[in-house]
Amino acid sequence: MELQFLGIGILSWITFLPIVGMVLLLMIPKTNENAMKWTAALFTFGQVVLAVVIYFAFNRGMTGINSLEGMQFVEKATWIDIKSVPWFGRILIEYFLGVDGLSVTMVLLTALISFLAVFASWNIEKAMKGYMAMLLLLDTGMIGVFVSLDFFLFYVFWEVMLLPMYFLIGIWGGPRREYAAIKFFLYTLFGSVLMLLAMIALYFSVTIPDPMTGEKIHTFNMLAMMNPANFEPGSILAGLGTYWRHLAYIALFIGFAIKVPIFPFHTWLPDAHVEAPTAISVILAGVLLKMGTYGILRISYPMFPELAQWYALPLAILAFINIVYGALAAMAQKDFKKLIAYSSISHMGVVLLGMAALNTQGMMGAVFQMFNHGTITAMLFLIVGVLYDRTHTRDLDAFGGLAITMPKYTGIMSVGFFAALGLPGLSGFISEAFSFLGAFQTFRYITIASTLGIVLTAAYMLWTLQRVFLGQPNEKWAGLPDINGRELFTLVPLAVIVITLGIYPSFMLDLMTSSLNHLVGIVVSNGGAVAIVP
Amino acid sequence: MTHELILQLTVAILLLPLVSFVVLIFFNKRLPRQGDWLGTSILFVALGLSIVVMIAKLTAYSDEVIRASFEWVDFGNVPLLGPMKLTLGIMVDNLVATMLVAVTIVSALVHLFSVGYMYGDVRYGRYFAYLGIFSFSMLGIVVTDNLWMMYVFWELVGLSSYLLIGHWFEKKSASDAAKKAFIVNRIGDIGMFTGIMIIFATFHTFTFSEIFDGIASGTLPMGSETWLTVAGILIFLGAVGKSAQFPLHVWLPDAMEGPTPVSALIHAATMVAAGVYLVARTFPMMTADALMFIAYVGAITAFVSATIAIAQNDIKKVLAYSTVSQLGYMVMGLGVGAYTAGYFHLVTHAMFKAGLFLGSGSVIHAVHHALHHAGDHHTDPQDIRNMGGLGRKMPITFWTFLMYTLAISGIPLTSGFLSKDEILAGTLAYGELTGHYIIPIIGFFVAGLTAFYMFRLVIIVFLGDHKDSHRLDAIHESPLVMTLPLIIFAVLSFFAFYSFNPFGAADGWFFDALKRPMSVVPAGVAAAGIEEFGEALHHSHSTAMALSLTVAGLGILVAFATYYWKKINADAIAASIRPVHQFLVNKWYFDELYDATIVWGTLLVTRIVRWFDDTIVDGIVNGTASWTRAITLGAKGNWAEGKLGALFYIAVGAAVSMFAGWTVSTSLIPEAATFWSYIWYGLLGLATAGLSFFMFYAGVGGFDNRIVDGMVNLTAYAAGFLGLITRRIQTGKVQTYIAFVLVGVIAFFLWFR
Repeated sequence: MELQFLGIGILSWITFLPIVGMVLLLMIPKTNENAMKWTAALFTFGQVVLAVVIYFAFNRGMTGINSLEGMQFVEKATWIDIKSVPWFGRILIEYFLGVDGLSVTMVLLTALISFLAVFASWNIEKAMKGYMAMLLLLDTGMIGVFVSLDFFLFYVFWEVMLLPMYFLIGIWGGPRREYAAIKFFLYTLFGSVLMLLAMIALYFSVTIPDPMTGEKIHTFNMLAMMNPANFEPGSILAGLGTYWRHLAYIALFIGFAIKVPIFPFHTWLPDAHVEAPTAISVILAGVLLKMGTYGILRISYPMFPELAQWYALPLAILAFINIVYGALAAMAQKDFKKLIAYSSISHMGVVLLGMAALNTQGMMGAVFQMFNHGTITAMLFLIVGVLYDRTHTRDLDAFGGLAITMPKYTGIMSVGFFAALGLPGLSGFISEAFSFLGAFQTFRYITIASTLGIVLTAAYMLWTLQRVFLGQPNEKWAGLPDINGRELFTLVPLAVIVITLGIYPSFMLDLMTSSLNHLVGIVVSNGGAVAIVP
Repeated sequence: MTHELILQLTVAILLLPLVSFVVLIFFNKRLPRQGDWLGTSILFVALGLSIVVMIAKLTAYSDEVIRASFEWVDFGNVPLLGPMKLTLGIMVDNLVATMLVAVTIVSALVHLFSVGYMYGDVRYGRYFAYLGIFSFSMLGIVVTDNLWMMYVFWELVGLSSYLLIGHWFEKKSASDAAKKAFIVNRIGDIGMFTGIMIIFATFHTFTFSEIFDGIASGTLPMGSETWLTVAGILIFLGAVGKSAQFPLHVWLPDAMEGPTPVSALIHAATMVAAGVYLVARTFPMMTADALMFIAYVGAITAFVSATIAIAQNDIKKVLAYSTVSQLGYMVMGLGVGAYTAGYFHLVTHAMFKAGLFLGSGSVIHAVHHALHHAGDHHTDPQDIRNMGGLGRKMPITFWTFLMYTLAISGIPLTSGFLSKDEILAGTLAYGELTGHYIIPIIGFFVAGLTAFYMFRLVIIVFLGDHKDSHRLDAIHESPLVMTLPLIIFAVLSFFAFYSFNPFGAADGWFFDALKRPMSVVPAGVAAAGIEEFGEALHHSHSTAMALSLTVAGLGILVAFATYYWKKINADAIAASIRPVHQFLVNKWYFDELYDATIVWGTLLVTRIVRWFDDTIVDGIVNGTASWTRAITLGAKGNWAEGKLGALFYIAVGAAVSMFAGWTVSTSLIPEAATFWSYIWYGLLGLATAGLSFFMFYAGVGGFDNRIVDGMVNLTAYAAGFLGLITRRIQTGKVQTYIAFVLVGVIAFFLWFR
């Protein structure tokens, strides 16, 4: 499937549109803040339009993952080709983009969240130009990660995303912004260094024949890395289940685990969330966390299928810890944002549980949960943002009775809260239920133990709701204005998506079915080494 | 009437209350009278359609199950298992057809009653919207043909009960009760969900008929009869939550914080009935062991709550515990195998219990207004000790209330007699078949208690004299919108609507239409079959009737002797068995027990987790950081002081890189393991280590306010792309390092294309 405009593929457009916007933005005079905001809004809106085009043009039957024929909107060009580097031989890095059922949902999510984030940033008080520029750069980095099929390119986008995030927290954040920003930065850097090592090891292990000369060359092509036949015999990562492969898998896993974040690498998250401005929390929870789980599904699973099976049990245990520990920690928080940050840890645990199941229901639950958590947690952070903008406090005990003073706000809040606690009829329930259904078939008792998280989530969500919204109104906030049009505009689309997908999830599930079945097939067959009979 | 028409009408019945909800929640302020009559008439239309569906189904298609389904999720070609789809759908069998009428009749009349009772409430329109979504959720449970939708609507009932119980959320007690109801229900729900997971793991479907067919053909959940029993019990746990069975019954009495009509709705034909309905629905897959578990849970519930009910003084609390007790009866009935009787009691109880709650609502409404009229704002309008002699002032309320009380006590000529008698006969038959005589003993004992505490209520509230003759002078009968539902429910509490034989429910149309379904479980673990059970039932029938009449009569007699003729001094007895009385007044201390263990324990664990997270996990992270900082920058964080540390870091980094390079290169291409490749890798390693260090330094050492602000002033982002070209590179400043990285990135982009 080819979709081009002005000779450039749609994935390049959707990836680099924000950069174009950023360049334009930098030319706007310092004083004209409105023009900056609307430029950012316009370009991110362009991205949303492209995402909608991709949604409708996407072929639901194609597989992708390790099959080039199954990838859609593919763009492939030589990017860096240095011949005869001493000893190295030839270095070939490709500009290789494409989407399949695994990444397309994330592209849609990223486009939507970025667009809404611009509106959530409307009242940024200092250096609007810098802020919006960073936001757009971040946007490109995020989309780039999801569409890259060349590991090197993936890595570049991964790092590109890191820097603007660092500044957005470090400059526009709350009182402890520097601590939070540096913690985020170092943690992620640590993870990416490990990922870099694994990537280099993979690079040196995999060769493909040059289409021109037939000479064997090393490659960063992810699809090539997923084919066991491409591993040079005797190379560092050749074979199945070797010592080096375990090391590489663990290195990759830690790199991704920090992003998710998986216990015990999670403590950067509450700090980052508490300090980050609303829109950045939205992006952080809505998109960035998914990169960890996406990386595991895109890279670790198909490239190390035998280890995906080997480490399924530890992953399930970590998932259980994330779910229950996150929920318990959330319940003990007094800061509204911190509570939601810990709830994210708990909800991302559900993704991990579904992934660990290594079957279709679990995997679909996991990827769908990635999307749903993106929309639902974005709602929750926007909801906190609305309140924080008005009162400049996030203390859960400082409120009460807001249902009376801010009825509209309470209405939209209920959708977000009940979606987060997994109420049927809203999207979060379906992904959670599928993850559990899938995981139960693989890990009976861990899954049963994890259902404890369902009760705990209901408890802390409803407790929070009660403390902030029910009871007698706190006189201190008597004149609080109800939610305004712009804020509603950021929340209503998300609420509509949450409700629609809660009733008929196939709008989103259909995109991923073929790819995820294929991925499950790759993993259970050790990358095609073992025949699977339906 | 064709199948299609019946299905279409069923879907219409299901969706009408949803329409009511959507319209009222968004537009109640713009509608006349906030849309109360709109919501009410929508429910009456649904009621009319339900009656049509029931008559059509029972007359024309009595032996058929009418279904319709659609494909909801396609799992595609699943590895190892082949194509898999999830279909959802609705079905109309006799159970559904009768239940539809039971639900809509209660809901419609509660709507009507609320028009009078709730008028002038702060959130009047929203209240009717919530009634709508409640009815929708309950109807969803009724019509579904699969476990998935059952669970979905199950939880939606939880949501709507949360909204309704917490309607007056300004009161802490109301919002607490709402929260408690939702969370306690969720505990049951995860049991149910686990049961669903067990079923799905084996059958890969949620549809009841497919699951039953699978079990009947010899496929057992996860391959064993034990898991079949476990699955049955786990699914039943959902019913334990919703139907307020022991030990999850604690939410129901608190739920009385909701408006009284809501209590009628929640505690009669919806929500609490859902659990009983679920057991009826999944009855064919229950093994003998699972059914015995169910029977015992029901019996214990019936007993515990009946004992609590006799010691309560709040009119709604008495009715609440009476509900719990009657639900225990139904569950016990299903558990012992008296399927039709258990379900029949659900329907008859729905009518008279809805009536009892609405009647108590009428009383509370009247007392509240009378007290208000007298300027008394302190007296509790729900405490029966403040009432007395209301029968003369409120005749309609009194006579209808008496009718319901006769029904719930199981007096002949009422519907309650028919259903209760059948359940008791069933328990007796069960005792005979299995030797578990404790269940019928509890059954009869509770029947006596029920008659006693209900007549205690009637006597204290309606008979006798005012304790304080002036206080309730202004009391008067409620308006027609409130008394009309009372009259209708009273009429529906007569036997004739269910069977023309006042002493034999089995002769009526209801028992004819709702026969116990065939069990699908393997013969070895199945409960007594229909014939065997029917035989035992036949034997025990007359004994049961005689016994139940005796205990009910005794209960009533004692109630009159104590509270009307005052031959027995209740206070003296209570004082003489003070510990027992306190135990009952305090509801067996269940709330205190749960607070002290589960609630307190959970809160303690959350505190521990929080401490652990802040101190241990994050402590290690921060400890690592400060240790590193100390090495690189010295104790004072001074760059000059830390130079040595920095050099050390670079050296270590380089060494590690060189070693790694050496290892990798030799293992990759042995012949390339020359001196020059060693050097090449070493240099690369050095560069990497240096870069990492500088980035690190830029972060830890140099990132201070001055630089941050400086960056803002310098329009930091220009450090990005444009500004950078014009800026002199200043060695030693953080932006330079960032700039280096960005230049690199740009270079990569420029390279491309």
